[in-house]
Amino acid sequence: MEKWYLMTAAVLLGLIVRWTVSLNSYSGAGKPPMFGDYEAQRHWQEITFNLPIKQWYFNSSDNNLQYWGLDYPPLTAYHSFLCAYVAKFINPDWIALHTSRGYESQAHKLFMRATVLIADLLIYIPAVVLYCCCLKEISTKKKIASVLCILLYPGLILIDYGHFQYNSVSLGFALWGVLGVSYDWDLLGSLAFCLAINYKQMELYHSLPFFCFLLGKCFKKGLKGKGLVLLIKLACTVVASFVLCWLPFFTEREQTLQVLRRLFPVDRGLFEDKVANIWCSFSVFLKIRDILPHHIQIMISFCFTFLSLLPACIKLTLHPSPKGFRFTLVSCALSFFLFSFQVHEKSILLVSLPVCLVLSEIPFMSTWFLLVSTFSMLPLLLKDELLMPSVVTVMAFFIACATSFSIFEKTSEEELQLKCFSTSVRKYFTCFTFLPRIIQHLFLTSVITMILLTIMTVTLDPPQKLPDLFSVLVCFVSCLHFLFFLVYFNIIIMWDSKNGRSQKKIN
Amino acid sequence: MAALGIAIGGSNWFSALALGVTLLKCLLIPTYHSTDFEVHRNWLAITHSLPISQWYYEATSEWTLDYPPFFAWFEYALSHVAKYFDQEMLNVRNLNYSSSRTLLFQRFSVIFTDALFVYAVHECCKCIDGKKAGKELTEKPKFILSVLLLWNFGLLIVDHIHFQYNGFLSGLMLLSIARFFQKRHMEGAFLFAVLLHFKHIYLYVAPAYGVYLLRSYCFTANKPDGSIRWNSFSFVRLISLGLIVFLVSALSLGPFLALPSVFCLWFKPQGPRGFLRCLILCALSSFMFGWHVHEKAILLAVLPMSLLSVGKAVDASIFLILTTTGHYSLFPLLFTAPELPIKIVLMLLFTTYSISSLKTLFRKEKPLFNWMETFYLLGLGPLEVFCEFVFPFTSWNLKYPFIPLLLTSVYCAVGITYAWLKLYVSVLTDPPVGKTKKQ
Repeated sequence: MEKWYLMTAAVLLGLIVRWTVSLNSYSGAGKPPMFGDYEAQRHWQEITFNLPIKQWYFNSSDNNLQYWGLDYPPLTAYHSFLCAYVAKFINPDWIALHTSRGYESQAHKLFMRATVLIADLLIYIPAVVLYCCCLKEISTKKKIASVLCILLYPGLILIDYGHFQYNSVSLGFALWGVLGVSYDWDLLGSLAFCLAINYKQMELYHSLPFFCFLLGKCFKKGLKGKGLVLLIKLACTVVASFVLCWLPFFTEREQTLQVLRRLFPVDRGLFEDKVANIWCSFSVFLKIRDILPHHIQIMISFCFTFLSLLPACIKLTLHPSPKGFRFTLVSCALSFFLFSFQVHEKSILLVSLPVCLVLSEIPFMSTWFLLVSTFSMLPLLLKDELLMPSVVTVMAFFIACATSFSIFEKTSEEELQLKCFSTSVRKYFTCFTFLPRIIQHLFLTSVITMILLTIMTVTLDPPQKLPDLFSVLVCFVSCLHFLFFLVYFNIIIMWDSKNGRSQKKIN
Repeated sequence: MAALGIAIGGSNWFSALALGVTLLKCLLIPTYHSTDFEVHRNWLAITHSLPISQWYYEATSEWTLDYPPFFAWFEYALSHVAKYFDQEMLNVRNLNYSSSRTLLFQRFSVIFTDALFVYAVHECCKCIDGKKAGKELTEKPKFILSVLLLWNFGLLIVDHIHFQYNGFLSGLMLLSIARFFQKRHMEGAFLFAVLLHFKHIYLYVAPAYGVYLLRSYCFTANKPDGSIRWNSFSFVRLISLGLIVFLVSALSLGPFLALPSVFCLWFKPQGPRGFLRCLILCALSSFMFGWHVHEKAILLAVLPMSLLSVGKAVDASIFLILTTTGHYSLFPLLFTAPELPIKIVLMLLFTTYSISSLKTLFRKEKPLFNWMETFYLLGLGPLEVFCEFVFPFTSWNLKYPFIPLLLTSVYCAVGITYAWLKLYVSVLTDPPVGKTKKQ
């Protein structure tokens, strides 16, 4: 492509920001006895390397599940095993059974950070570059700008390279899945997505849109001919990939069940810790976690989740299109985040990835959402002493988006993809012309609120009686934002007539 | 909302570039810093707690004050802000004191003073002729020059990782050069005099200043063929410059090998552009043959050369060879493992951008590099792989640990010498220009 050097510059900038963020602290640094996610990942390397596969998910004298037991699917375990293999060459003390518990050193930190970077470089970054290069109807400059902005998204950088996790692997696989399925490489796309699910079970948030889109494609091709063939091929691909990943655990029924128990801890409550979803925010007013019995909680959560995502999914099945697929990914993941069971604040990344994919289509709203998603993780980031990198990366992301996409000039109805909706409403209320202005004012209010809350959380001490005041406020404010976005994205999906043919001129 | 949009939006690319690099500098705060960090902390302590008469005598720490007085005053001014961060750093006896607040203050002081550098770059961009530019923003010389200066690899790793204050000093120098281009000679001379009293290393380029000001400013007009018109001499101008420039030249320890180029500046004046080339040659000559030269001194030549690189293809080619090898020669400064990805990725970023953008700018002229030069530059890759990744695991690492440094120095010396020679040849063989206003 022309201007390949600008694309290279964008990727290299993404790498620089990632590595410099990784120089900061990680979760649980210097905090015995439990430490944090960093120690969890190191512990999994220890377990997978020293114990036979059959014992990985079981409680035993060598493997105490209370101390960071494995609770991700097998692919994470295999990845940990691979990392442990490399660690053995450099310094076996890092993964020695029992004695390496709580091991912390500069060299070890360098190694762990390097594993995240390598996984990112191999899986996530190529997917982002390929996705943006394949975008249709936009200039080369905008493609490069998209790559830069997606790679600068602060949420993923701060969690993977700060807090310490491997979200870029599962999100990367999911993105390969989106790529495959959007460009009619359905089998490869489904395979990639199955790998994503088998790396982190939270990717199930994305599974319904994949299912509906592929089903819709099969229906379109006709269920009596090509459609049925495609359906069978897809089913076989999915089953085969699951079998391959879970092979060592399918030998005994008890193995499979134990892994499932670790992946889906239904014994735990509706939510844990502070998270910006409905249940946590609602419990500010009414403590439903304590009032309602456990199985009722599960049922309510189930009903709300599915009711909120049903319209979009049905529309996607009936009118499958890549654009509808992307937006349905957003709304489904957001529904799950807001209403589902045992949601963690990091799960917002599952919504952020699809929003990054629509960044070039609705830059203003996407940038706004991505800023809020990072803000919603503020308590976690502060706990990990990542204030400086957070502020810097958020500012960098904002400047990149603002200059690349001129977001403040793109707030008209058409550019917000609300034209069809507004036209329909104007049939009943002819004076409904103020939508863009409302949205602009809301944005300003939102940014001011987020900045104020950040400053308050950092500088002030919460009152004695309400020690969690600021965390709860952050979650509550974020939740309100997310509800607004849920409504917005659903409006786009439902009012998107002719699958976006009328929206061509925007880009 | 629209006004906010225009202020933040795409029309203000310079602010975006400046803000972007500032944010990157903030991310570099927790990186490794060298003993220069302690040097400056010590100077903060000396200037804050001791009377002026003691500043150049104090020797509790091995890092005694060895910069001219203006820099001492600069540290004194900084110390008044420092006391709000951490009072303890201002204690002369607190050797190697580096609390997190001290680190934060010191790093921020470098980032903050870089504002002068940003302003200087902005002024330099005004002096660039953008007539041959395309309509595309990224192909305009102003844009390329801004990136080459604001995001200069050498400055980033020397100032914001290793720890020094070259940013605002280079800013002073670039600003004085810009003033010469804008025909504001008095300001330019004044700025240079100020700069000299901040860091005496700039004495090396003083001959260029001296001769240029005497020849092109004190003699107000030339004969049509470009030679000197003696009756146009202005005593007023001479005397007004005298106190500044002649003192400087007299004190100059300038490398004698710069003399031919300095003579050239007298006999074949080429206006501000000629002055700039002479300045770069002085800086490079002093780097090549001077006494007790630090590798960081290459920045003295690289930064002004950026101004020339967006003008002519020949200059662009010399600039790229000089910059790439000069920057690579800075690699041994950062020898810690966590900084390794930073220096490699940043170097790749700057090098690919500079080469590709200048190639695109001059694509209508002949290629920038011949096969020999291309081969040499590509050789830097395997050299780095060998020195950093292969050699440490061989048996020679214990017996001859200096080999990577030796190889780096020798290889880069070839490139820098070659660039120096090429620049000298182009200065000596370029035709003189009659009237200065053509520049």
